[in-house]
Amino acid sequence: MKILTEHIEVPGIETIDVYRKHGGYQAVEKALKKMTPDEVTEEVKKSGLRGRGGAGFPVGMKWSFLAKPEGVPRYLVCNADESEPGTFKDHYLMWKSPHTLIEGMIVSSFALGANTSYIYVRGELMYVIHILEKAIQEAYDKGLLGKNILGSGYDLDLYVQSGGGAYICGEETALLESLEGKRGNPRNKPPFPAVKGLWQCPTVVNNVESIAATSWIVNNGGDAYAQIGIGRSTGTKLISASGHIRKPGVYEIPLGITVEDFIYSDEWCGGIREGHKLKAVVAGGSSVPILPAEMILTTASGEKRLMTYESLSDGGFATGTMLGSGGFIVMDETTCIVHNTLTFARFYHHESCGQCSPCREGTGWMDKVIKRIELGHGRKEDIDLLVDVAKKIEGNTICPLGDAAAWPVAAAIRHFRDEFEWHIEHPELATQPGAVYMRPGASWSN
Amino acid sequence: MKVTIDNITLEVEPGTTIMQAARMIGPEIAPPAMCYYEPLKGTGGKCRGCLVKVTAGSEKDPRPMPKLVPSCITTVQDGMIVENTINEQVLETRKGIVEFLLLNHPLDCPVCDQAGECHLQDFSFEHGVSSTRTVEERNTFEPVDLGPYIKLNMNRCILCYRCVYAADQLTEGRVHGVMHRGDHAEISTYIEKAIDNDFSGNVIDVCPVGALTDKTYRFKSRVWFSKPEDAHCDCDKCSGNVTLWYRGDEVIRVTGRKNEWGEVKEFICNTCRFERKKTSDWVIEGPTKIARHSVISANKYGANLIKPSFPIKQAALAYKPIDDDRDRSFLPAKKSLPSSEKK
Repeated sequence: MKILTEHIEVPGIETIDVYRKHGGYQAVEKALKKMTPDEVTEEVKKSGLRGRGGAGFPVGMKWSFLAKPEGVPRYLVCNADESEPGTFKDHYLMWKSPHTLIEGMIVSSFALGANTSYIYVRGELMYVIHILEKAIQEAYDKGLLGKNILGSGYDLDLYVQSGGGAYICGEETALLESLEGKRGNPRNKPPFPAVKGLWQCPTVVNNVESIAATSWIVNNGGDAYAQIGIGRSTGTKLISASGHIRKPGVYEIPLGITVEDFIYSDEWCGGIREGHKLKAVVAGGSSVPILPAEMILTTASGEKRLMTYESLSDGGFATGTMLGSGGFIVMDETTCIVHNTLTFARFYHHESCGQCSPCREGTGWMDKVIKRIELGHGRKEDIDLLVDVAKKIEGNTICPLGDAAAWPVAAAIRHFRDEFEWHIEHPELATQPGAVYMRPGASWSN
Repeated sequence: MKVTIDNITLEVEPGTTIMQAARMIGPEIAPPAMCYYEPLKGTGGKCRGCLVKVTAGSEKDPRPMPKLVPSCITTVQDGMIVENTINEQVLETRKGIVEFLLLNHPLDCPVCDQAGECHLQDFSFEHGVSSTRTVEERNTFEPVDLGPYIKLNMNRCILCYRCVYAADQLTEGRVHGVMHRGDHAEISTYIEKAIDNDFSGNVIDVCPVGALTDKTYRFKSRVWFSKPEDAHCDCDKCSGNVTLWYRGDEVIRVTGRKNEWGEVKEFICNTCRFERKKTSDWVIEGPTKIARHSVISANKYGANLIKPSFPIKQAALAYKPIDDDRDRSFLPAKKSLPSSEKK
């Protein structure tokens, strides 16, 4: 079942003519001519679509929180600042099929009553910005954007804004600050963007994938979307699979397939690379907890783990993780978890905005301690120190970056403590090039 | 609106923050504030030193808040119950915050001009631990001259952003901000451009640590050796209400008048601060009132200490005789002991 990527390999799909030939912009016509904004919102609510940026908050509910005072403009902002290590799905969608996003933007802006909308694209993706701008110009030329779209009386202006290359600007309030032309520091909440967002006006910030999915929901109805998937995890999800698998890439999966299927089936990742076996998986981008092979394949109660929001987080952080933004990083037994954790910690150290003290100082501290362990200068007490620092950061920061920095470190120690201990106890072995700790009884191949 | 902080209930106006409510009770209850500065708009929420536990959100919705909340920017709701000094989690978190703030802070208090009136010293003395767990090298920066009067020592900065708000709100033109990210972020002017503005000196007063210091005062004296006197003058730029810091008969420093929370309510101009350093320039009003716990008050002005009157009154109102009905007939008769009276 493919919704977003159905026609993505069609040559020329980035042009409006080919896109329309494959059923594009039908949702705009249907929504603007036959439906009211509230009906569109109602369909999205019925669909059970959950935010695809990472937190998984229901999109319809987020829309219904939007304050609607008289005489104040409302804004829709598309968060295309995808910078999570391991996640590259939005990039793929916008690059291959920009009109999918633009169609979703028109439908969603109509539902929210926004007459100006923005797509905030990560600064590094300059060529994607050019593609989007070209596509937007095409849409203007065909009368799908601008004044009085398709004679419905609804006006919409759509702008693309380039970010400056900061991970923190993917946090919604930092994104709004950056969009206003300020330093991308997250705001204190409340007030939430739904009440005071862009230029202190009510604003909805949604991920690319969430917005793109709304046009299918308008075309086929919220109930049809809710049919796909299991329980409260409805619809399809783009997963960007990377690491030691045979077929890395972006896959659109119906939520509810098993993790085992996803890793080993030829339809998706195609299994671990020749002669190696699964060691650990980071299931939803670098900020979610890492899980060892046995825990990612089965839940604590012995059931097969599914690719859904609920199943992946089953067991809390003790035995579970999160679906996050769908950055599926697979590691085989040649991966050193300490080194991997260092890479993540260094990233968050580099990307912390420096506004609140736990995150600013804590991320740097964790980075330095793990680096010391990796270089063979670890002390016994460092492991407990890392756990404690992670605990002191988590939940005490302005924005979720603090949590995102603390979780991978805490989880790596929770599940691979022996590996950290080995690094500290045997620095002469651990600092050899390519050295990886093998658990007693483990082997290198299948 | 009724709010209960550490089992003390008081009535406040709608829109009051938890911090303001706690300050009404007294300094024993008020959470520490490293970044929050009441006279400057938009400050607060950054240092996380004032995190408190809300055990009941309001009368209508008595669920506890899942995370600790920053008391300086969280407004109270009717029936809110807040735990500050009596909550284990809050105190534990605060230890962590002190540790984080000191992680890259040089322990150069013996040569720092701020020592003695430093909020970070107070904060770590009250809430920190005596030992350190870090062995990492500290991030260092070169000291920078911001114009003829102000010295920036970025090593000591805790990035509270107070000076950024002060420069934004008191001076014309945005000349002063934060560059870079994370623990390498630094307070800076654009390419070290000199701050040249009549009110720029106020960034020294708002700085909670010794990152921004007065170049006309640097290394002249320790604050506890100097004697503060309130004074005023006719100034066409500012209110002219200042504190003069004397060593002997010499005015060694002029600052704005700080209230008991270390906040300046009336910002002063650079002429008053840096150039009027003779007693003849001023009309002396008398010794400055200094909080009793401050080292500045050591051996000075015993009669002018600020006594915590409100908590004493509060305690007197809340006083209840002990309900004790044990048989005391075998004891020798005592002269009217109120606690042994039965209700």
